[in-house]
Amino acid sequence: MSGVRVLVGTRKGAFILTSDGRRQNWDVSGPHFAGWEIYHLKGSPADSDRLYASQTSGWFGQIIQRSDDGGKTWHQPGTPPGEPTTTPDGMPKGESNKFVYDASDATGKPLTTHMWYDGTQHPWEFKRVWHLEPSLDDPDAVYAGVEDAALFRSADGGKSWQELAGLRGHVSGPQWQPGAGGMCLHTILLDPKNAGRIFIAISAAGAFRTDDGGKSWRPINRGLHSQYIPDPTAEVGHCVHRIAMHPSRPQVLFMQKHWDVMRSDDGGDSWREVSGNLPTDFGFVIDVHAHEPETIYVVPIKSDSEHYPLEGKLRVYRSRSGGNEWEALTKGLPQQDCYVNVLRDAMTVDSHDPCGVYFGTTGGQVYGSADGGDSWAPIVRDLPAVLSVEVQTLP
Amino acid sequence: MIRVVLPAHLRTLARVNGEVELLVEGPATRGSVLDALEARYPMLRGTIRDHVTQQRRPFLRFFACGQDLSHESPDAPLPDAVSAGREPFVILGAIAGG
Repeated sequence: MSGVRVLVGTRKGAFILTSDGRRQNWDVSGPHFAGWEIYHLKGSPADSDRLYASQTSGWFGQIIQRSDDGGKTWHQPGTPPGEPTTTPDGMPKGESNKFVYDASDATGKPLTTHMWYDGTQHPWEFKRVWHLEPSLDDPDAVYAGVEDAALFRSADGGKSWQELAGLRGHVSGPQWQPGAGGMCLHTILLDPKNAGRIFIAISAAGAFRTDDGGKSWRPINRGLHSQYIPDPTAEVGHCVHRIAMHPSRPQVLFMQKHWDVMRSDDGGDSWREVSGNLPTDFGFVIDVHAHEPETIYVVPIKSDSEHYPLEGKLRVYRSRSGGNEWEALTKGLPQQDCYVNVLRDAMTVDSHDPCGVYFGTTGGQVYGSADGGDSWAPIVRDLPAVLSVEVQTLP
Repeated sequence: MIRVVLPAHLRTLARVNGEVELLVEGPATRGSVLDALEARYPMLRGTIRDHVTQQRRPFLRFFACGQDLSHESPDAPLPDAVSAGREPFVILGAIAGG
């Protein structure tokens, strides 16, 4: 019978939740990488057994882990223990945890600084990988969105990483500024109909698009309005929290911004607000139903500073009209005394029918819905704070 | 043989239990010990010192024979007791965090 595998990254390890296609009974494995922050795990669309994980620590830095058996076992994909770390001709072999900004002359204009909180220029410093996005068709190809904001790519299964420096080298780079959570590249969307097109988003620089496979980039923030920056309609500087697309319509994008839920029908060239009747247009997550491209989900959050659900009621909001008209989904979710957050990478959908929807909270709950959001149930209640949730629909 | 004590998380990464014993060619210094450690356990590269600058990661320190050697030159000789294997070279993570 077909099934699902939910990949959960938390502050203290990774957990893998599995079920059959009915999605009623769940097995929980973990913690994997106990004690480490697992910012993100994601499976390859081309090989469901191939998983990548970002394991990170303030003490020990960044580690990339890979599984080739669906999460049963993991390894660092760099040079194996006992093997020489250089090739016979003296070249260093891949190191899976090495993310070094490309400052070579070949990039044309290597950048070394971005804007700091106080407006001064600050050196680019690698801190961690926020998001891993495996290629749609090659299990060994995977992108990494990192803090300080940059995009890296591996073509050898995570053994070695090279920066796509054209993004950080964009002329607006010195104007990019970190948000409160750091200057992170947190969203990577690969266009399934155009191999050269990639969308990314950075807090708090905004959204960018490449049409040539990552060589050159341009901001796609026209229509965004952010009252908290000096020029509310600036080309860059917007705190984009998340972007989502349906694979059948990659020109249609949905965005949860720091404030405002936005929509683009032209691949990000322009945006319009679709917050409509939401009780607050602040939030982090946004996702699209697997079979209904006009059905989208958000979790409104009270802000600026509280960052928990309004009135202590955890409610997912669903729009079946691509925005503007929203309904609260509450069945099975706590409707009193709930003060958790749902972070930007912590919502996902499976592609079963009915569509499954999942999200995780900073209180350690992972909720699932096997009926497109009509009803919810906790899969697990007491994990460490959840940083990310992804799902694989298994054949 | 040089004896090295790793923090628990790095023992897990390196898939070892207890102390690590390393054969270090030439004078035993912090730099040569870490070079030997990373050559044998390449998964530890970048976890103790920065990939590029080779600077110690801020929340780690180096101890031996009751001394904090964190601010010594990486090329300074380690104490004789470490070179002779009587005392371990200790890599210690800051006791902090939640």
